[in-house]
Formats: sequence, C-alpha cells, structure tokens
Amino acid sequence: MHEMSLAEGILQLLEDAARREGFGKVRTVFLEIGRLSSVQPEAMAFCFDAVVRGSLAEGARLEIIDVPGTGHCLDCGRDTELDEVYDPCQHCGAVPVQVTGGTVMRVKELDVE
Amino acid sequence: MCTTCGCSEGETKIDGHEIGDRPRFSYAPKAKKVTAVTAAEAEKHGLPPISHSHAPGVPQSRRVQIEQDILAKNDAYARENRAFLTGRRVFALNLVSSPGSGKTTLLVKTIEALKGKAAVAVIEGDQQTSQDAERIRATGAPAIQINTGKGCHLDAHMVGHAIHQIDPAERSLLMIENVGNLVCPAAFDLGEAHKVVVLSVTEGEDKPIKYPDMFRAASLMLLNKCDLLPHLDFDVELAIDYARRVNPAIEVIRVSAKTGEGMGDWLAWLERGSAKG
Ligand SMILES: Nc1nc2c(ncn2[C@@H]2O[C@H](COP(=O)(O)OP(=O)(O)O)[C@@H](O)[C@H]2O)c(=O)[nH]1
Ligand SMILES: [Mg+2]
Ligand SMILES: [Zn+2]
Ligand SMILES: [Zn+2]
Repeated sequence: MHEMSLAEGILQLLEDAARREGFGKVRTVFLEIGRLSSVQPEAMAFCFDAVVRGSLAEGARLEIIDVPGTGHCLDCGRDTELDEVYDPCQHCGAVPVQVTGGTVMRVKELDVE
Repeated sequence: MCTTCGCSEGETKIDGHEIGDRPRFSYAPKAKKVTAVTAAEAEKHGLPPISHSHAPGVPQSRRVQIEQDILAKNDAYARENRAFLTGRRVFALNLVSSPGSGKTTLLVKTIEALKGKAAVAVIEGDQQTSQDAERIRATGAPAIQINTGKGCHLDAHMVGHAIHQIDPAERSLLMIENVGNLVCPAAFDLGEAHKVVVLSVTEGEDKPIKYPDMFRAASLMLLNKCDLLPHLDFDVELAIDYARRVNPAIEVIRVSAKTGEGMGDWLAWLERGSAKG
C-alpha cells in the first residue's frame, strides 16, 4: 500500500530528528498533505499507527493539515482551485491548468518530549 | 546491515544477497537544519503556544520544526544516483507499468535491437524471483535483480546499491524495470533521466486518469501490444487524450514488442535522449 511506505518515510524522519535533536518521544506529528498528493488521510493515519508501533512515536497523534490544490490557468491567466490535477480552470474551463500547489507531503513540526 | 551507509533494508535483496553484503558508493546524508523552538521563540515566530505541563512526573513537551518532505531521504539518494549517472553520461530510464504490460519483453527486444550499437544494463525490480533478470541475461546484457519482498516499489537507496554493483559503462543505457504497480513508483525518484510508462492495449483506456500521478511523472508513454488492437475495442485516441489531460507534455509511441511495430520510433527516442545526456 502506498501510504504504508510513506508512513515508513515519516518514521525515518522522526528517528533522524530524534538523534539530532535529542528527544526520546514524539507526542504529535503535524503533517501537511496536499489534496493532489494522492495520499488518503484516513489510510495515512491507519498506516502511521501501525508503522510507529514499538517506536519513539508509538501512540503519537497525527495531525493532518489539509493543503488545497491550486493551479494557474495559462489561458485566462487566473489562479484556480483543483480537486484533481486534470481539472479544468474554474473561471474559463480551459485544460490543462498548471499545478502550483497541493502536491506536498511534508512533516511540518513535532511535539516531542 | 550495509557496511558503507549503515543501512539495514529489511527484506530487500539484490541478486539474492541482503543489500548490505556489498558496498555502495559513499553517501553522506546532508543534515538539514532543525530548530528547536522555545516558548519565547514560538511566540516571536507567531507559532501556536507550547503547552506547559508542570505537573510532577509529566515530562514537558517542546515543539520541533522539521519542514521536511516525507520523501526527503529517498530524494537525497536519488540526487546522489543522478549525479553519479550523469557524471558517467549514462542515460537511465525508470520503466513503470501495471504487472504484465510488457516491460521485460520490451527490454529484451530493445537490447537485441541495440546489439553492437549501444551498451545496455538492466536493473530488475520484482517482489520475488529473479526470472526477469534471467530473461535479460539470456540476451547477453548484464542484469541485476532487486527483490523488494513485500515492498511495492523500488527506492533510490536500493537502486543506488544495484547501480554500484552493475557499474554501468560510460555513455551506456541503464534500464530500471520497476515493480509492476501504477501507484507508488510515481512518488519515488530513483535518479533516472525519465520515467517511461508502459500501457498495454489490453488494459483500460482510462488508466491515465485513474492513476494520474504516474502519467504525470512520465515523459513518455509506450502504448504496447498494439498487435492486439484488431481483436479489441481499445480506443487508442481516447487513451492518448486521457494521458495528455493529466500530462500535456507526455510523448506517446505505439509499439508491439511482439511484432516489432513502432520499435524504430522507440529506438530513435532513446538515441535522442542519450545524445542529450
Ligand atoms: N501480444 C503481445 N503480447 C505481449 C507484448 N509484449 C508483451 N507481451 C506478453 O505479455 C506478457 C507479460 O509480459 P512481460 O514482459 O513479462 O510484462 P511485465 O510484467 O511488464 O514485465 C507476456 O506473456 C508477454 O509475452 C506485445 O507487444 N504483444
Ligand atoms: Mg517484468
Ligand atoms: Zn482560465
Ligand atoms: Zn546501504
């Protein structure tokens, strides 16, 4: 499953940060997930819980920060919202729209002890 | 465990050996600056206040800024691979598709067509077995098999080990056949020059909009098994239209690994790409 390997990537980041920063336990992970990133928040939360079991982040809360999909229309020159990468411009209906945001999958910050 | 980079890769095996059995070219991960934020600093930066619990026995929590992409580690390995490959002027492609669309067959035919013209090395990714690497070796080309076990995609770290082992020649072609899966491999950069997505006409025309990330990540779509078109209702134009909807820049070549149709266009594409590198 896609989210499983991404959750493993998150755990790696946490372990690296713990070594650098000298913390032993993660309480909360703030994770930015773009709507165009093809990550399902529910699946991510499920996989995260499974992957961190027995680690420094066991039982940690996963706060998913939803980042909307945005694009720039090359036809009418306006910015538009996107639910899918291939959505038409909401102003003039043109396709394709240049994706400008919402593909992010980033660990933003942590609450640690 | 890996003696060079200290990794332990769980189930991943390269030609049947655990990944750490052989050294990899050196890789020093670049530490990213991580700032621990005190309550005062948090306030200064307009961050949410840090909750202080002074109850005895309850450890105090602090907030740590990370701002790192989930795939940061993979991307660092990918950059390392890319630097190594471009340094040697190796033209590397990452072949992705659903299982059975004809990647290995296409590779075998490509190697045969390039015999005496260009050196080709292959890295094969599958969850189990080394059958595909053996199919490639039967052509005389060097091949390395990565078995990902339960893993559903290749990542830049395991591919880095395989690159070191296969030691591609200057100005050669390196073909990386990814695990058959249209989802995860889209997200994992391996250090290739291009992703090439293979779609066979026995699959649906709507694959590009069902798996948009993969078709967006690819530079070229090979529409394979075109020899079967007379027996199918597959609408070629519709499939191409869907692919261009998610990726207006994607190039498309219709091929048949079986009859050799379109192979000339594919070989010309390879030649143009290698020349640029
Ligand atoms: N008819 C036809 N069959 C093909 C073609 N290319 C591959 N195949 C068959 O498709 C099956 C899967 O091919 P394979 O190369 O193993 O696919 P992979 O899983 O993507 O590596 C095999 O039985 C091939 O013989 C083609 O162009 N035409
Ligand atoms: Mg294969
Ligand atoms: Zn518009
Ligand atoms: Zn290693």
